Amino acid sequence: MRALPVGERALLLEVASGEEAQSLHAELVRRRAEGLLSAAEIVPAARTVLLDGLADPARLARELTSWRVPPVPPREERVVELPVRYDGPDLDAVAAAWDVTAREAARLHAATEFRVAFCGFAPGFGYLTGLPAHRHVPRRATPRTAVPAGSVALAGPYTGVYPRSSPGGWQLIGTTDAVLWHHARVPAALLSPGTRVRFVPEGAG
Amino acid sequence: MTDHAFCVVRAGALTTVQDEGRPGHAHLGVPRSGALDAPAAALVNRLVGNAPGAAVLETTLSGCALRPRSEVTVAVGGAPCPVTVDGRAVAWGAPVRVPGGALLDVGPASAGVRAYVGVSGGVAVEPVLGSRSTDLLSGLGPAPLTDGAVLPLGPPAGVPARVDGAPQPRPPAELVLRVALGPRDDWFAPAALRVFTRGTYRVSSASNRIGLRTEGPALERARTGELPSEGMVLGAVQVPPDGRPVVFLADHPTTGGYPVIGVVRTADLAAAAQAVPGTPLRFVPAGRR
Repeated sequence: MRALPVGERALLLEVASGEEAQSLHAELVRRRAEGLLSAAEIVPAARTVLLDGLADPARLARELTSWRVPPVPPREERVVELPVRYDGPDLDAVAAAWDVTAREAARLHAATEFRVAFCGFAPGFGYLTGLPAHRHVPRRATPRTAVPAGSVALAGPYTGVYPRSSPGGWQLIGTTDAVLWHHARVPAALLSPGTRVRFVPEGAG
Repeated sequence: MTDHAFCVVRAGALTTVQDEGRPGHAHLGVPRSGALDAPAAALVNRLVGNAPGAAVLETTLSGCALRPRSEVTVAVGGAPCPVTVDGRAVAWGAPVRVPGGALLDVGPASAGVRAYVGVSGGVAVEPVLGSRSTDLLSGLGPAPLTDGAVLPLGPPAGVPARVDGAPQPRPPAELVLRVALGPRDDWFAPAALRVFTRGTYRVSSASNRIGLRTEGPALERARTGELPSEGMVLGAVQVPPDGRPVVFLADHPTTGGYPVIGVVRTADLAAAAQAVPGTPLRFVPAGRR
């Protein structure tokens, strides 16, 4: 693990893999909950966790070297099930990239257990990992100017759901009616880092 | 309908409700938001007897005009500008009583960009995740003001300050931003780092609450390829593919995939919020703590 100073009050912790980042994030959240760490923000991302609002980043950077972080993240009890219709305009292209039929692509996606690696892009947008490397697909060459809210989409190692309509370059494979974000709900975000997620095809229950 | 409210007579180019923002939710993709010139917002609150976190109005260049339904105390700070009540000039940077039904006009900034209008009791729109701030990146919080809108005000909590005026920094003629290099300064060639810390930039007119954009020499990367998305802090100087540094302000995205060459000291961001387009800009290395 590398600890890179970020300005006066933050540290960027860099690790070798996405799974390590998820594990480190879980450990940091645990330590903060137990009062062993004081940080205003703990922001996981692809290969890093950002700690912001630290009283003494240099001291924490030194202490971190002696931490033992479990190699895999703990499994949360809660699983969020997202109802889905595999009706996206890019489903055929994704199926072709996977060398299967569209029906089989939908089945493979719904059979995967996902985990929210991190959030970003928009409130409530989670970057979900779980697809094996040979199922990763590139972004579209030309982004769409408007992706409808509720679109279930793939890019690189990630699956995501657009919480609201926005421009986007991910490959759209389906649609969900789940409300990913509602500012007046508690919690406002349906998905947060660490949440386990399953997509449940509508009519399959 | 409450009689404790502002009627918006002239919304101005961009006037938003701002307080101290909603930090602590970056892991959900929620920007911090909040007043760009935080000391100015805290000052106008103090002048009208509010707690520092009360919601104020942040105007952009052209000011705004408001009609309170009942008597209020207001204070205007940040960017210097003419202030009138029913056409009569009143003090800028000091508490002013505005009778119910009178017209408070906050004129165009004579220098700087953003004026702050504090009002006794604060603007009392419904908070979202603990904050009343308008976040222009994600759309959280109240929409920017529009002509004819009605803004509820809170009950006055404190006693206005007994001062004729309070010292406020002048908007910068030259913006000097102290920067701690990193975390991704190693993505740039030594020559680019020299350009960054010795070159002269100008504040771009494309700047907004998300970021202060710059015009000037492009910073060449030493590495190609993509940086995996990583968390971003307030004041981060991100370098997009065009090579022109962008200083992240309050509505910045919580994660980003362009390398951050350095981070501006928080204390310097108020001046950044008041630098008009065209202002000369230098980035000066400041040691890490």
